[in-house]
Amino acid sequence: MDILQEIGASLRKGDDNRVAELTRQAIDAGMGVGAILDDGLIGGMNVVGDLFRRHEIFLPEVLLAARAMQKGIDLLKPLMIEEGIPAVGKVVIGTAQGDLHDIGKNLVGIMLKGAGIEVIDLGNDVSAERFVDTAVEAGAPVIGISALLTTTMSSMKGVVDLLRERGLNGKIRTIIGGAPVSKDFADEIGADAYGYDAANAVDQVKALLGVA
Amino acid sequence: MSGAVHFPSSAAIPSRRTVLSAQGIPGDAAVPLRVAELVDEAFEIYADLVDPAGIRADVSIADFAVIYRGEGRNAPRTPLEAIFPDARRLTLFAVTVGEAVCGEILRRFSDGDPALGYALDTIASAGAEGLAGAMARDHQECLARSGTMASGMRVLPYSPGYCGWHVSGQGKLFEVLRPEEIGISLNESCLMQPLKSVSGVLVAADREVHQFDIDFDFCADCADQGCRERIQSVLDDTIGGQ
Ligand code: B1M
Repeated sequence: MDILQEIGASLRKGDDNRVAELTRQAIDAGMGVGAILDDGLIGGMNVVGDLFRRHEIFLPEVLLAARAMQKGIDLLKPLMIEEGIPAVGKVVIGTAQGDLHDIGKNLVGIMLKGAGIEVIDLGNDVSAERFVDTAVEAGAPVIGISALLTTTMSSMKGVVDLLRERGLNGKIRTIIGGAPVSKDFADEIGADAYGYDAANAVDQVKALLGVA
Repeated sequence: MSGAVHFPSSAAIPSRRTVLSAQGIPGDAAVPLRVAELVDEAFEIYADLVDPAGIRADVSIADFAVIYRGEGRNAPRTPLEAIFPDARRLTLFAVTVGEAVCGEILRRFSDGDPALGYALDTIASAGAEGLAGAMARDHQECLARSGTMASGMRVLPYSPGYCGWHVSGQGKLFEVLRPEEIGISLNESCLMQPLKSVSGVLVAADREVHQFDIDFDFCADCADQGCRERIQSVLDDTIGGQ
């Protein structure tokens, strides 16, 4: 097994110390940052994502793998910046205005990062203006919004409406999700996509980014 | 019966089985070693931080009718509107596992340990739900001790946001209950802080009053269907009591 395959296998086991050790070895062996990232860490995480989609592993195992991946990324980050390696895409995420619940949003963020997508996480209780302004400033073509209650779902529409008002619909796309949200609701408010769980959110975002 | 209720930490500590099942791990599945270790670690952190608290306040049926109506956003037909007029006693309640746990969950996520953050989150969610059950049991015992609980009666909790009682109903409930005393506040979107909190009404009523057919408009879209278990638990009691 080569070192990149071994990184993938260690990710699968959630062995964060081993992933860090192997990533360091790969860097020292002069392997390209792009290869370590794509074929080692992201490749490994893609396998983990597929296993989860096929119900072959449980969510906590995905999160242990994500923690291990982060250890590898931390080592690669300075080199990625140095070499100007771009992310697969960029997404701004947060919970709807008035909503403080963020576990779902956090899980979506972790899975997106695992797929090599840059995530700008605005946290909780994010206003429509903040979502849109951040996406414009950061050049992010996708905004992801999460909600827990029917009372906060309504503020998702505010983001879609604001994009329309500013003539940005079509340029900046929206994906929504959360316990009370449905595909019908997404269609009703004019959101571009609905993610029923974190793994599905990755597929939807990739489709919005055109990298599916 | 009104005022703050003190619970031991154990009242808010859920079973390992409940937590694993909330994480999508079925009862008959082998738990991977790393996941088992993670859950153990999360249980230890949770046990150190959990600070359960509850509050309750008796209300009359007439006053509850106003609270229940809330902002007028309930479903046209709901089970609770048929249940509460036949209650022997109605008591508003709120419980929380405390802010410290909720802060720790956020911290774990922002410090790059989502696995532990998620494990803690599922424990705290199950803990808060369990605490609502503990509140109902405590209430039932208090009523029994005071001689108010006739045989055949049962106390069950009902919450805004479930079974057609719109979540905005929490506004009126909070005006009367005032759970700020135990550190629970409500924001404009009807979200409680700390996040791991539960509000509702404890309905003390004859067992058959709690039973209803699951044929409401909203039942079809309900992913929870926890009411089935509740109704069954009431029926089991009847059988046990015969
Ligand atoms: C950007 O793109 C995307 C794409 C996908 C996205 C996305 C964004 N965001 C999320 N996703 C998706 O991917 C994620 C990962 O798979 C998923 O994210 P979720 O956030 O949905 O999933 C989490 C990872 C795990 N899921 C959860 O943690 C929520 C599960 C359920 C059972 C639930 C729980 C556990 C709890 N609750 Co409550 N709770 C329910 C939930 C019913 C359900 N079956 O979903 C829900 C959300 N709760 C509800 C209610 C009413 C309430 N809860 C309350 C309390 C609680 C507990 C404390 C017991 C506990 C913790 C809540 C928490 N989140 O911290 C109260 C509110 C709490 C508060 N702070 O104000 C209270 C108001 C009840 C009360 N009166 O006390 C209901 C909301 C109904 C409504 N109409 O608004 C509810 C749907 C239950 C129901 N009635 O069926 C997907 O939705």
